[in-house]
Amino acid sequence: MHEFALADAVMKAACRAARDAGMSRITSVTVRVGELQQIETALFEFSLSEVLPAGDPLLEGARFVVEAEPVRFHCRVCDLGFGRGDLEGEGTDDALEAMHFIPELCHAFLRCPRCGSPDFAVVAGRGVTISAVEGEDSPDAGPT
Amino acid sequence: MPGPLDAVDPRAAVVEDRLAGVGRIVAVTGSKGGIGKSVVSASLALAWADAGRRVGLLDLDFTSPCSHVILGADEGFPGEGFGVDPKDTAGVSLMSVAFFAPEVAVPLRGDEVAGAFLELLAVTRWGELDLLVLDLPPGLGDIALDVVRLVPRVEFLLLSTSSRVVLGSVERALRLLTGLRVPVLGLAENLQQGNDQGVSRLGASFGVPFLGALPYDAGLEDALGDPGRLRATAFFAAVRRLAGRLSG
Repeated sequence: MHEFALADAVMKAACRAARDAGMSRITSVTVRVGELQQIETALFEFSLSEVLPAGDPLLEGARFVVEAEPVRFHCRVCDLGFGRGDLEGEGTDDALEAMHFIPELCHAFLRCPRCGSPDFAVVAGRGVTISAVEGEDSPDAGPT
Repeated sequence: MPGPLDAVDPRAAVVEDRLAGVGRIVAVTGSKGGIGKSVVSASLALAWADAGRRVGLLDLDFTSPCSHVILGADEGFPGEGFGVDPKDTAGVSLMSVAFFAPEVAVPLRGDEVAGAFLELLAVTRWGELDLLVLDLPPGLGDIALDVVRLVPRVEFLLLSTSSRVVLGSVERALRLLTGLRVPVLGLAENLQQGNDQGVSRLGASFGVPFLGALPYDAGLEDALGDPGRLRATAFFAAVRRLAGRLSG
């Protein structure tokens, strides 16, 4: 259920970025949702579209595009690149839940499938990122 | 129509909101490990809670969390609602990575520590608090720098012992914090055994108040994990006085 908190963060960050760029209205926000955090996409999209936009007029009529991003790891020890499918098992329910709350805890629960090291980088698909904010110029916006 | 903006990490945008209901935020640090930062942080939070204040405690030592051990917190995940709820532990709202990863090593590099910190700031629902205590890990690394960068209204409490090794390290921390014009509430001596004036002299040399000494207490170890016994120690009596000075 902390999807609401993440959706709230997306809303506020998108509005801040749009205002900084001199937009008067946001037409679309594209959000990448990383596989590692196991966000409940339906709940996240519901929060984005139905629950939270009322808080800021800049978002009136805005469209939200949620794109899933597969997780990719790179082992710093043996140089192996790997994905979730390369790991043995999915981890315990508690491990999955922990990574849902704090994706960095993957280093406590996952290991490089070749050398067994926890010292790997998450190179893609960690969590929630805004990949694009599109909108219309504010009439009184100065030259950029 | 402007073109699409570059990728944005949304979490930083809500940190101030998440902390909006918090009155004061006190970061406890001391540069060196093993000088009792976590015990002092947890005890300060407990002393304030005993005095009727609404208090939170955030354990930021992700690789070696121990606030949950000191306060005897229940195991298991925190509750989840609009965000993640801290656990009520002896009247203190406690948040720790240990709730998510108990009894496993959490090996994190610097950027991963920063990522976990930002995630916790973005999703933890502190609600209304009079005080939030941040228990910092040793050193002036990612967490200390991100506390300065991200946490609004933060004030630092520095701990030191009378050891020259620790004093030198705390002096460097004081130089950094005062140079950055970060509010420093004062300097307290922990694990006091003699009557050395080194810590108070160090504070005076920076114009930073000396807030008193917390004695070495041989009975403290046995009291950890039991707030009732912790409250009965000579150490806690001194922490109560420190809490009074800080909130006075």
